[in-house]
Amino acid sequence: MLCESCGKNNATVHYTKIINGSVEEYHICDECAMNGNEIEFDTPFSFHKLLTSLIDTIQEGQMMKEDQNIQCKNCGLTYSKFKQTGKFGCSKCYETFKNNLELLLKGIHGHNEHVGKIPRRSKNIISLKREVESLKEELEKVVAKEEFEKAAFLRDKIKTLKEELDNCKE
Amino acid sequence: MIKWLEGPRKDEDVVVSTRIRVARNIENYKFPQYINLEESKELTDEILNGMKKISGDDNYRFIRINDLTPRERFVYIEEHLISPSLVQKVDKSSFLLRNDEKVTIMINEEDHIRIQVLMPGLNFEEGWQLCTQIDDLLEENLDYAFHERLGYLTSCPTNVGTGLRASVMVHLPCLVMTGHINAIVEALSKIGLTVRGIYGEGSETLGHLFQISNQTTLGEKEESIIKKLNNVIFQVVARERNIRKNLMEKKKVEMEDKIFRSFGLLKHSRLMSSKEAMGHLSNVKLGCEMGIINDVASKEILKLMVEIQPASIQANLNKEMTKEERDINRAQLIRNFL
Repeated sequence: MLCESCGKNNATVHYTKIINGSVEEYHICDECAMNGNEIEFDTPFSFHKLLTSLIDTIQEGQMMKEDQNIQCKNCGLTYSKFKQTGKFGCSKCYETFKNNLELLLKGIHGHNEHVGKIPRRSKNIISLKREVESLKEELEKVVAKEEFEKAAFLRDKIKTLKEELDNCKE
Repeated sequence: MIKWLEGPRKDEDVVVSTRIRVARNIENYKFPQYINLEESKELTDEILNGMKKISGDDNYRFIRINDLTPRERFVYIEEHLISPSLVQKVDKSSFLLRNDEKVTIMINEEDHIRIQVLMPGLNFEEGWQLCTQIDDLLEENLDYAFHERLGYLTSCPTNVGTGLRASVMVHLPCLVMTGHINAIVEALSKIGLTVRGIYGEGSETLGHLFQISNQTTLGEKEESIIKKLNNVIFQVVARERNIRKNLMEKKKVEMEDKIFRSFGLLKHSRLMSSKEAMGHLSNVKLGCEMGIINDVASKEILKLMVEIQPASIQANLNKEMTKEERDINRAQLIRNFL
């Protein structure tokens, strides 16, 4: 393909301009890319603007009307304010707006689950929580089978773990 | 000045510095943008208390943004010790600076805590180790906002998860000269990396210096984010070196001419804007790396690149200056040095 700008060299730079939803594709050569004003890497570029438009896109397809009015109980941030700023008000907002968050995070990061570092102290809490959950499931099973001796043992174990969990939290 | 450049530097001909920063927040407090003055004081005290246990030996200096003049604030920014957004909430923000200036702990930037580790040259390994170690020590006394599934919670959803931004500042004059830089920027963005100017988001490129960093923070382990970046940087470094070698073989006279012209201009000019100076200093630095200029160390050129910035030049002479006065003093400072 020849360069759209000079028509002499092979087009090696391909880029897409999207302005207010109108999409335009360009194919130009190295030389024109360097000389022309087509591509400006020096232009200050706001990541935040990209983010808010991402929020908009997700919203169009997925969001319910009533979700717009959700407000965080802890800091008072509304979803529409979040949309404007792209920033949350407090860590509880992640819980408050969780319905809309999954898609947004996937859009930004391509993932929605953390696999990295865990704070040392939370590490205990998280593993304790997981243990309590799995013991509870087991308890339900043994109760259904009417194995009451085992159930009593499990119940005591859950109680001890919960106490430990409360101590951790303090 | 610019203490953090001291120490051994790997791949220093291309890589200026390695930076690791993590974002952390404290549970139950609103994020800095929404916090009131009283809450921010309480929070700062809590963080300082947590810090005491690691900085008991007076390794760190505590500085409130409010206690600095606007010019002093910009000097810290120009030296890359704090970020431009730290000085936006003057009455709420502060920072702790380790004496060797390799570690800054920013309080109430976009997040409650931002730990920044700066290393000269390419040094992700030590940088990350130091950063995660400080993080662990802080966490012993502070309740971080952490979500089982989402990881560390941050003010902006673009930082959630690891809260990690790893970056390198690279000097790529030959990739720029030959126009290869555009293809590289494009390729890097395809694999989830960002290229920016030297003063972070929204800043323009000066002196052929670029910052390359990871874009995403969720769904990948810290170590693998860093490893990926490290491997990519190797490629970029190799590419730049290759072109330098090629140019030296095929266009030696042109290269020498370009570099010595810049050297001459710097040596004799009477007026020099910072933008112009950065361009010529970049050429001279390249000359040092390529063995064309032998009587100046490239590390000194890097220091000069910071010292000639607007706030630093005024701080150096301790007076406010107009643009023309700055340009005069800048030209003089450079002449004296060369």
